[in-house]
Amino acid sequence: MIIENSEVILSVRDLTADVDGTPILKGLNLEIKAGEIHAIMGPNGSGKSTFSKVLAGHPAYTVTGGEVLYKGQNLLELEPEERAREGVFLAFQYPLEIPGVSNLDFLRVAYNSRRKHQGLEELDAFDFDDLVRERLSVVKMDDRFLDRSVNEGFSGGEKKRNEILQMALLEPTLAILDETDSGLDIDALKIVANGVNQLTTADNAILLITHYQRLLDYIVPDFVHVMEAGKIILTEGKELALELEARGYDWVREEEVAVR
Amino acid sequence: MTIEVSPELTAPPIESTTAQTDTYLSSLLAQRQPLDPQVLGTETAAFVQDLRDRATALAQELTIPTTREEEWRFTDLSPLRTVQFTAIEPGQSTAGAEQISGFVLPESSLRLVFVNGIFAPELSNLQTLPAGLKVGNLAGQSDSLKAYLAQQPGSEEIFTVLNTASFSDAAVVKVDRNQQIEAPLHLLFIAVPTSTPTIVHPRCLVIAETSSRLTLVEEYVTVGTGVQLTNAVTEIWLGSNAEVNHSRIQAQALDGFHIGKTAVSQARDSRYTGQAISLGGQISRHNLEVHSTGEQTQTSLNGLTLATGEQLSDTHSTIGFSKPYCTSQQLHKCIVSDRARAVFNGKVFVPKAAQLTDAAQLNRNLLLSPKARIDTKPQLEIVADNVKCSHGATVSQLEEDEIFYLRSRGLNYQDASNLLVKGFAVEMLETIPVPSLHQRLTTQILSQIHL
Repeated sequence: MIIENSEVILSVRDLTADVDGTPILKGLNLEIKAGEIHAIMGPNGSGKSTFSKVLAGHPAYTVTGGEVLYKGQNLLELEPEERAREGVFLAFQYPLEIPGVSNLDFLRVAYNSRRKHQGLEELDAFDFDDLVRERLSVVKMDDRFLDRSVNEGFSGGEKKRNEILQMALLEPTLAILDETDSGLDIDALKIVANGVNQLTTADNAILLITHYQRLLDYIVPDFVHVMEAGKIILTEGKELALELEARGYDWVREEEVAVR
Repeated sequence: MTIEVSPELTAPPIESTTAQTDTYLSSLLAQRQPLDPQVLGTETAAFVQDLRDRATALAQELTIPTTREEEWRFTDLSPLRTVQFTAIEPGQSTAGAEQISGFVLPESSLRLVFVNGIFAPELSNLQTLPAGLKVGNLAGQSDSLKAYLAQQPGSEEIFTVLNTASFSDAAVVKVDRNQQIEAPLHLLFIAVPTSTPTIVHPRCLVIAETSSRLTLVEEYVTVGTGVQLTNAVTEIWLGSNAEVNHSRIQAQALDGFHIGKTAVSQARDSRYTGQAISLGGQISRHNLEVHSTGEQTQTSLNGLTLATGEQLSDTHSTIGFSKPYCTSQQLHKCIVSDRARAVFNGKVFVPKAAQLTDAAQLNRNLLLSPKARIDTKPQLEIVADNVKCSHGATVSQLEEDEIFYLRSRGLNYQDASNLLVKGFAVEMLETIPVPSLHQRLTTQILSQIHL
């Protein structure tokens, strides 16, 4: 929802970034305020996933210029774990499998690291168990997934649901969902989208990175951005997604060239 | 990163038959303490003396191995040779109840404690022995029981010979026919070093009779500081259809030396499950030998080695079959950091008579630093033509992407690495049927690793 004069959660100005010396982001600008849902669409290789990893602090990506302010503070000088504890959450496109680490233990450690940072008391195993079982309903997950190793042997849809479960526990201020819809069948997509919608409030913001307009039928964005060659070249309302679906990306490129 | 190591078949080791006197070995043999008939009883003392004498004679033809011998190719004992070890006289160095309190297993009150190879009744707890279980030292044991001592194949290997020539007493465990012992039995061997380097020879004999069942925790720890060479030998006999679950924990001080032998003989239909955890010692070696003597034996070997700092930790295992329808499965993991080295050599012998053997072996290694090293060698010798045998080895590092995933959830680098190491180790630790021990070892492993 667009709220007048709400707090700026994320402000990105002229961001440039490299991976292995190859420039990927080439002057990206974006502003996200509390309560808003933004979607970034764009063709493969336009830098969408790189942008999400840069925001989360992946060490393989080097920021070469510009700035990223998160609630007014310089996000780029924070370690990945500090960003997480401050409320930045990245739902991974390909969540990793961690053999030998139970999902329940992992969720508790992650949850408590955020609690501790917020100056709140950490939850013991029993209290956390109650909390996590309640949150499972957000993504309609079976509790047997808690005892299994993190993501090990999970189907694609189960992994994505596990990501949203983490989001439900960590209650981020800025959630970045990197192609969370890719590879999901319509039933799983509805569950994931429904989970995200339940977690949307006037105080947090969501950045959806997606390839497909279909997701935006279930999570309705306030803004749709088109990314191309490392920057955002067009920003409109939710109708833009439908237009992109119908016409592809070429016309956006042409319009951008025409404007120049 | 994962590397598949290709099969390597090697010839049987060349036995050392050097007749030349090894003066260093002689100096170790000279350290043996006179037997105490007060402790053992006159008859048992004479019995042990006879074993000692025969072993001493055998030792004259043996030498402390060098890296020129195939069995010791990766483990250089030169640092050991530079140390002059002396024996500990009985009563010279002891441990008190408060010093062992951290090792007590809440799951079991059955505890047999040896300090520097000497029975410590005041630290043991044998009050509540269930019917059908006999636990104690050598004193008063029957001749038929003692007759099992030093009878396992491989008894003529040099360090076993050194133990047999020098041991002063032994832990003895016997489960009677058809008896199922549910509570784990804790055998705690404590090294209490002195200001000068010392050598001790702990000895252990376990007999599980027909259709009996036993859970055993055999643990080697150090109390206090100083350098000690622990040269331990454990012989385990499984009667037909017997079942033994055996956790062997070597968690001695990092500046000590540990050479240990576990020899297991399995009669037909018996089931042996072993967890061998090696954490301590600047140089440590575990020789694990399983001899299957009957049909349809089942053997399961789980191993975990942690080597940090400048440690060298070597595991040599052998499984020898002799009859058909037997199975074995082995998983050995090594975690190596800093400039440490781990060695794994896993032999499996399948002679012509052992048709329809099903043997699987896997060695997985986690290297935590660029200078860490692992030498791994599967060694399968298969003569039978209708068998299912497999082996493999993998080497990996902590994955940056896995660490990033955990950090993106709020864990710092250290906690993320610890969680991944724990995840690697837990598969082995959770096979230990004593939860408190599993917890204690997990804590110890993580505190020993500094990334």
